[in-house]
Amino acid sequence: MKHNVYIYILVMAAVIYLIRLLPLTLIRKKITNITLRSFLFYMPYVTLAVMTFPAIIEATESIWSGTAALLVGAVLAYFGIGLFGVAVSSCAVVFVVELIIRSFS
Amino acid sequence: MTENFKWYKKGMRDGIPIALGYFAVAFTLGIVAKKAGLTAFQAMLAAGLTNASAGGYAGFALIAENAGYLEVAITELIVNARYLLMSCALSQKLSPNTSLLHRAIIGFDVTDEIFGISVSVKGTLNPYYNYGAMSVSIPGWALGAFLGVVMGNVMPPSIVSALSVGLYGMFLAIIIPKARENKVIAAIILISMSLSLALAKLPVISQVSSGIRVIILTVVISLAAAILFPVKEEENEA
Repeated sequence: MKHNVYIYILVMAAVIYLIRLLPLTLIRKKITNITLRSFLFYMPYVTLAVMTFPAIIEATESIWSGTAALLVGAVLAYFGIGLFGVAVSSCAVVFVVELIIRSFS
Repeated sequence: MTENFKWYKKGMRDGIPIALGYFAVAFTLGIVAKKAGLTAFQAMLAAGLTNASAGGYAGFALIAENAGYLEVAITELIVNARYLLMSCALSQKLSPNTSLLHRAIIGFDVTDEIFGISVSVKGTLNPYYNYGAMSVSIPGWALGAFLGVVMGNVMPPSIVSALSVGLYGMFLAIIIPKARENKVIAAIILISMSLSLALAKLPVISQVSSGIRVIILTVVISLAAAILFPVKEEENEA
């Protein structure tokens, strides 16, 4: 049996929406438990750090361009350059480093 | 200018780099969708309704295999489980008075990136900030998927490669400044990245999907930090 693409899309969308929706609607009060609060306070930084590395050096064509993007991005972020500046600079670094690598190979 | 409108504009501004990054990622997602037999419209619809990269890839791969609906549902549940944690954290950024409607709309687009910028807002989160970010990032995502199907592989690989780090650059811009002012967070970030690398390279464990690895590390490290370094009320509001 060939399944219907629109039902596939509906199933995907419904499951993903429920995952995102339920905590937001069910947890309506401030959580008072210190450990739980602390957990939710630290959680974003852990998640974002885990997702960034090593993925950033594996996303590009060469691990050197990804590594350069990581270092330049981290330094710029440390000095308070905003989201857009860091994102664009990282992309530019990858482009330039890969251009250099290609011209030498 | 009302407070809500100000937040909406700020959300749009912060949403622009997200939209650009999404466009590039969704473009590659569109190529996968095409291989799975979806039309450009179907790919755009799927992208616009799910706003999920890993979830999109996993779904299209299953569609290509003509898998059962239940299998698709269970896979999406596992691949996207991290959003459950993110929504829990976001629920604490909202004022308790935030209406059900606002919560329902915000919930439509809790992505890694929107979550990242939402938690970095000082104090409580105004829903209009999310709406601003959503109004540019969702079209970027959906349009990218559409064009990925239509244009296939015409985008030069050098451009795709460069754009692929944009979202990670943004993550750095969210976490590094916080690490500068809070030593515990700085240590946590270093530990998280080290363990993430270790799990990605270790035999057996590296076979586990990256979505699951993210959940395991998030729960273990955050819990350890919460027990060792409980946060006082004021810091939590920052």
